[in-house]
Amino acid sequence: MSSVTLDEVVPEMVSAGGWRTSPWLNAKFLVGLLLVGLIVALGLVGRLVWDTDLARVGSAPLNMPPFWVTGGSLAHPLGTENSGRDLLALLIVGSPATLRIGVIVGIVSIVLGTLLGFTSGFLGGWVDAVVRTLADATLTIPSLAILIVISSYVRQLDVNTMALIVSLFSWAGPTRLIRSQVLSLREQGYVRMARLSGLSSFDIMFREMMPNLLPYLAASFVGHASAGILAAVGLEALGLGPQRVPTLGMTIYFALQSSAIIRGMWWWWGFPTLVLVVIFVGFFLITVGLDEVANPKMRRAR
Amino acid sequence: MKSSHAHDAEPVLAVRDLQVMYATAHRGVLAVRGVSFEVRREETLGLVGESGSGKSTTAMAVLRLLSPPGRVVGGEVRLQGLDLLRIPERDLRRVRWRQISLVPQGAMNSLNPVMRIGDQIRDAIEAHEGHQPPGRLRSRVSELLETVRLDAGVARMFPHELSGGMKQRVCIAMAIALNPALVIADEPTSALDVVVQRAVAQTLLTVKRQLGMSMVLIGHDMGLQAQMVDRVAVMYRGHIVEIGPVLRVFEQPVHPYTQHLIASVPSLRARQPLRAAPSLDPEEVRFEVGRLEEVGPEHFAAVGRREG
Amino acid sequence: MRGLTTRYLLSRLGMYLFTIWFSATLMFIIPRLAPGDPIAAMVSRLSAQAGFIEGSDRMIAAWRARFGLDAPLPVQYVRYLRSLLTFDLGYSLSRFPVEVQEMVARALPWTIGLLSVATVISFALGSLVGALLAWRRTPSLLRLLLPLTMLFTSIPFYILGICLIYVFAFELRWFPIGGGYDLGLRPGLSWSFLANVLHHGTLPALSIVVANMGFWALGMRGMMITVEGEDYLTLAWAKGLSPWRVFLHYAVRNAILPQVTALGLGLGGIVAGSVLVEYIFAYPGMGYLLYQGITNADYTVIQGVVFILILATATAVLLLDLLYPLLDPRITYERR
Repeated sequence: MSSVTLDEVVPEMVSAGGWRTSPWLNAKFLVGLLLVGLIVALGLVGRLVWDTDLARVGSAPLNMPPFWVTGGSLAHPLGTENSGRDLLALLIVGSPATLRIGVIVGIVSIVLGTLLGFTSGFLGGWVDAVVRTLADATLTIPSLAILIVISSYVRQLDVNTMALIVSLFSWAGPTRLIRSQVLSLREQGYVRMARLSGLSSFDIMFREMMPNLLPYLAASFVGHASAGILAAVGLEALGLGPQRVPTLGMTIYFALQSSAIIRGMWWWWGFPTLVLVVIFVGFFLITVGLDEVANPKMRRAR
Repeated sequence: MKSSHAHDAEPVLAVRDLQVMYATAHRGVLAVRGVSFEVRREETLGLVGESGSGKSTTAMAVLRLLSPPGRVVGGEVRLQGLDLLRIPERDLRRVRWRQISLVPQGAMNSLNPVMRIGDQIRDAIEAHEGHQPPGRLRSRVSELLETVRLDAGVARMFPHELSGGMKQRVCIAMAIALNPALVIADEPTSALDVVVQRAVAQTLLTVKRQLGMSMVLIGHDMGLQAQMVDRVAVMYRGHIVEIGPVLRVFEQPVHPYTQHLIASVPSLRARQPLRAAPSLDPEEVRFEVGRLEEVGPEHFAAVGRREG
Repeated sequence: MRGLTTRYLLSRLGMYLFTIWFSATLMFIIPRLAPGDPIAAMVSRLSAQAGFIEGSDRMIAAWRARFGLDAPLPVQYVRYLRSLLTFDLGYSLSRFPVEVQEMVARALPWTIGLLSVATVISFALGSLVGALLAWRRTPSLLRLLLPLTMLFTSIPFYILGICLIYVFAFELRWFPIGGGYDLGLRPGLSWSFLANVLHHGTLPALSIVVANMGFWALGMRGMMITVEGEDYLTLAWAKGLSPWRVFLHYAVRNAILPQVTALGLGLGGIVAGSVLVEYIFAYPGMGYLLYQGITNADYTVIQGVVFILILATATAVLLLDLLYPLLDPRITYERR
């Protein structure tokens, strides 16, 4: 299999550095963190250096392009849209809102997933059958569809409500993951032995499982946060988002509604899109990086 | 035990000073440290040792099938004169299976789960002999299966439908399909239960005699080795510590490790205290490995002092 | 069919029916969780947007009659399920008396066409790229595809769609901005019409393919890495088979199995993504119909479309499940 021809004889002991080869320090993970960090910084720092009131309607001249295009000015470096809102301010206000949705969805999905997965795997029997069937059904259904139905009935939507609605469907993946881990651990010899000797098997499994599961859970958190943002932005783009909060998705929605694409006002949908892309790519790289931590086989040199 | 060609013809396989290294993140370990041996025509060489002695690694290195992090870092392997370690990939492919084949350890996982048995045997044949009329191929496959005492209907089955012993026999059938000069059998019976072991070992023996192949039989079952091989080489921690005709080595082991290994085989006849294998606690008992020196006719043991 | 046991068939069918029943029930419950009379709410929201509605009394009456909102809940539920079984999806609120059924029937072929082509291409291409990326012998140039696929896979389909529209439709004008076919063309089975459809469908399909491909590529790459360590690959090399044969028949053939399972799990996401793609491109499929329903607060349309979407997805997953034994001979046999 290896197309190796002879090398020179090498000394018996070949040393490699210690911490430098730690799996946590892989490039993808770090770059991903950096990207997401940038956006977080945008929200936190931006507030301090830029006037967020400019995100209100009518606070600036309409339809200005970014400053490097003729007609733009440094007073509104990323341009404005057709109701007089400054783009930079919109980004500064909208990014944290969007990220917050992701965090909430991520947390809820892991918490629910751990609870349900553990209970289901541990108790077995009809509880397990019910949870498993529900999880499989939930995974098959295109969740956006039902989310649309739900959102269209909800009157007042704020960011947190939106996040909770989106989380309704995100528990299925982590539940399956944890459940299968619990099931496989249950059959391990040492668990059975421990049970025989009277130890609470719940205790054992929890303490055995958790350290191994941590990278998977972390990856799951990031993955579901990303998926949550994806779903939320999708709903917002359709107009089903919080009307009062200028999240990135809502800004895109208004851009689409005002035919910004064919009016050539690329900055209106372009900058929110750019921020979203950075967020998604960042989250994705973190997931892949975490995957390499969890699964040593993926760590080959390219 | 020996044919008339034993001494005059060139050995089928000549391994000289083979070294294999496994490189991990922190250090490299030499798993095979300068191993040399020969396999002559129609001869069976046994390669024994405990797990970790380097016997499987040696076999994989000879076939150039080492996967990273394992690498050959020194030595020479000549198959009927051809230097296997240096020839380009294309030529190696042609040599593989045709001149040297493998009966793998653990046939359980060595068969492609989604291909029928017959197809797996067929593709080896067609890879080397080109496209053949399907009728002829089918009868060849049936013949091969009969040789290992399997029903011809097995060709239509998938691996998961077969028992362990059957799978192992399929692997033997595959290995002899092109009538190679040398077959490397890597612990062909280790994963099987005792009764099936006998059957498979018997099959191997029959096949070997019928086709007059040379064989390297790797294993740690001394009893089996005694029945099946002509000469045996004992490996310990990457070295060959003793090599010679099997009866001589078993009856008059010279190297302390060989003595220990043979003594730890429980005997059905005599009551003896059971001697545990030394490697259970490697720090405690360590055997000296010197240079190979002749200690009898064709019998070598590494008892002398090693320089450095 | 080779290798299909009754038990497997029944369990898959059971799951299928359960999923559909479950979603239908969800969609029965949700409107009734909203406070107040759903119809009054609908109408008031509608009139808030559209002003006075002609014949709103007739609409309300027909609606009530159809769903018998005065009847007790269980009765409503049974009638609801029954109407779904006959695909009676009610009347459109904003385009009364057009039946939702008709609207869906007109939109569905477009969505199926776009989705099936795009999914098949992205799965096949993505898996092939992923397999090649994991193969040691692939030339380094092709390996550059890895970071690229990684980039695209994290972007949602419709965001890519927006960018594609801007670049290729607005700036370069190579493709139309949206729609299924040029207005004014008569739909029919003529070559010119089909060509026009393909022209319009290219960008939407591309959004899905490019954005989805990466996902399959990465999954396949992972599976191939796992397969690489298997014993049967070692033996395949030992047999001196050609690298191409080992790649295709030993490695890919085994690695593709979990991929197909992943396809079944991922179909829901692909359908969801394509809904948004159709919205962006004003492509006359279910997604666009759904969007129109949202804008008009046309709840019957929304529910009808969502139900059919779920039905279609679940059916596709069922078909995949039934085809799986053809690929993997192991799963249908009872363990000895």
